[in-house]
Amino acid sequence: MNLFQSLALDDPTVQTVTAGTALIGAVGGFVGTFAVIRRRSLEGDAVSHAALPGVAIAFCLGSRSPIGLQIGGAIAGWFALMTVNGLSRRSVLPFDAVLGGVLAVFFGIGLATMRAIQQYVPGAANHGLERYLFGQAATMRMDDLQAIAGFGLIAVVTLMLLWKQVKLVSFDPAYATVQGIPTRFIDGVLAALVVGAVVVGLQAVGVVLMSALLVAPAVAARQWTNRLGPLSLLAAGIGAIAGVAGTLLSTALSDETRSVSTGPTIVLCVTSIVVASILFSPRNGLLSQVFRRKVLPT
Amino acid sequence: MIPAWVTPAHETTAVMVAVGAACAVPGVFLVLRKMVLIADAMSHVLLLGIVLAYLLANDATSAWLYVGATASGVLTVALVEMLQRTKRLKEDAAISLVFPALFSVGVILSTLYLRNTHLDADRVLLGSVELAFLDRFTIRGIDCGPRSFVVLSICFLGMLAFTIAFYKELKLSTFDAGLATTLGFAPAILHYALMTSVSLTTVAAFDAVGPVLVLAFFAVPPLAARLLTNRLSRMLIFSVAFAVIGAIGGTQLAFQLDSNIAGTVAGVLGMMFAFIWVFAPERGQIANLLREYQQRRNFRETMLAIHLHRHEGTPSEPEESLAAGLHLHLNWTEAETTATVERAIRHDLIAHSGEFLILTETGRNRVAEMLNTLP
Repeated sequence: MNLFQSLALDDPTVQTVTAGTALIGAVGGFVGTFAVIRRRSLEGDAVSHAALPGVAIAFCLGSRSPIGLQIGGAIAGWFALMTVNGLSRRSVLPFDAVLGGVLAVFFGIGLATMRAIQQYVPGAANHGLERYLFGQAATMRMDDLQAIAGFGLIAVVTLMLLWKQVKLVSFDPAYATVQGIPTRFIDGVLAALVVGAVVVGLQAVGVVLMSALLVAPAVAARQWTNRLGPLSLLAAGIGAIAGVAGTLLSTALSDETRSVSTGPTIVLCVTSIVVASILFSPRNGLLSQVFRRKVLPT
Repeated sequence: MIPAWVTPAHETTAVMVAVGAACAVPGVFLVLRKMVLIADAMSHVLLLGIVLAYLLANDATSAWLYVGATASGVLTVALVEMLQRTKRLKEDAAISLVFPALFSVGVILSTLYLRNTHLDADRVLLGSVELAFLDRFTIRGIDCGPRSFVVLSICFLGMLAFTIAFYKELKLSTFDAGLATTLGFAPAILHYALMTSVSLTTVAAFDAVGPVLVLAFFAVPPLAARLLTNRLSRMLIFSVAFAVIGAIGGTQLAFQLDSNIAGTVAGVLGMMFAFIWVFAPERGQIANLLREYQQRRNFRETMLAIHLHRHEGTPSEPEESLAAGLHLHLNWTEAETTATVERAIRHDLIAHSGEFLILTETGRNRVAEMLNTLP
């Protein structure tokens, strides 16, 4: 009971925020699984940074609701992804450098626009555009939760409908193409889901850390299973647990004099789960590997 | 030491120019070695290094700050490489796992302990070149200009000296690491020397532009330069030139718009890249379209010559080589056919012989050349 109170679980704000970060963790883990197994972990990083100018421009155009700003962010993130793919496909430029360059340029334009907005649009300075930069889980409200849950539902339904195709495209794109599966279309769907997961998570954890919530749960889950279905569910579960643990931990550690930010705490929780998984997983873990070598010296 | 006419605006521009120049040189190697994203991870982790070094040394100007932060950058590279060697995850996943985690530790520490110092999270993430001119570098009481400008200029000159001194080694290990090892050039040492200098440059640029935008300076000028040349030496020169122009242009624009300077410079660098992407003389999109158009026209002329060659001396020759109605045989539109015939005559591939078309000597050579390339 004492612990229960010190975690402030009876506080409705904390309940909302905890539910929100759990949902973000679950959605990020689920959608991120497909990015990780297709070796596109860094896409999330590009999208999250690139969403910033979209959010700023949506604000300029008069949008004040979280949904409107998120749609702006999604459009910019999607545009950045297309730019990266187009530039690296149609030139000699290496993919990683293009991704880094696009990410930084979009982020820079976003920063400059945000700063300009605060000068020219009255009241903008108080509106909390900054929270998209660093993330502020504490500002989540009921309608944010609904948006995240709604997107999660869309992601689950889409992937269930396209499960067979997604699986094949993920593991053997060449064979998938030969089988007549529209690989480009599936690629686009998966990229759109990444964009969606990033923008709904932005306001809680911010642009820099959002990519960790896509990648880390899947990497942790990957140590425990080789099957895609269980993998994606396990990643969603790990993401949710990390979301809850991080929120509660940061609430418990904060008091009047200091505040421990929620986003970074969630990231540290999920990273601890990854480290534990890499070390202790019974089949693939580093420790069991050492143990096996000792027992079976071959 | 500093003349009286130099205003803070001049000094801010100079700092941005120094950031651009200092980052462009190692940036070329990062782009060519496909290591831009490792540099990205490194620059984020520097936050942790700087905060830790600050907490230990308790002095924002201590040289230990530079040493500690630089070391943390190099350690990040080692950590990413170590994770990859466990074979439990791929490089991209390793990168996007390591830097958010260490960056998070940095953010938490800086919000807990550095809230009221000049190292708090906002400034550390975004950089503030706007305030760089306040922090002066003095030798025995003589003002030598803003600290970041002095440090970054030294960085740039050091990078330049390193590149010139080890030009051959860098070139070989960048383009053919295997051969470099065989010849005894020790690419691993060069790799870590390069990573250390990238880390050092990032630390020096950190105050001014922060960990995200420094990536724009590392990646964008070399990418633009890559579109203009295939030579390493020119790529280095072009990159530095782009970075300098972008820094000056971006800073002026930011003064006009009253926006974030580092962000605006990144935007201007992006615009410059887009311009070169479209207009580059050989690899630009317009040049590509023109070349495609030219190739298509050339191919038509050759096809016309081959058509005449195929029917030469056969009973169908009079019918097939009749200038009027030729488009029906080639299955082209009439306009295309007329234009192609005109061009082929101008290029001396075919000639009119009454109302028939015949091959010239050049045309015959072109046909032979084309048919010889077929298997």
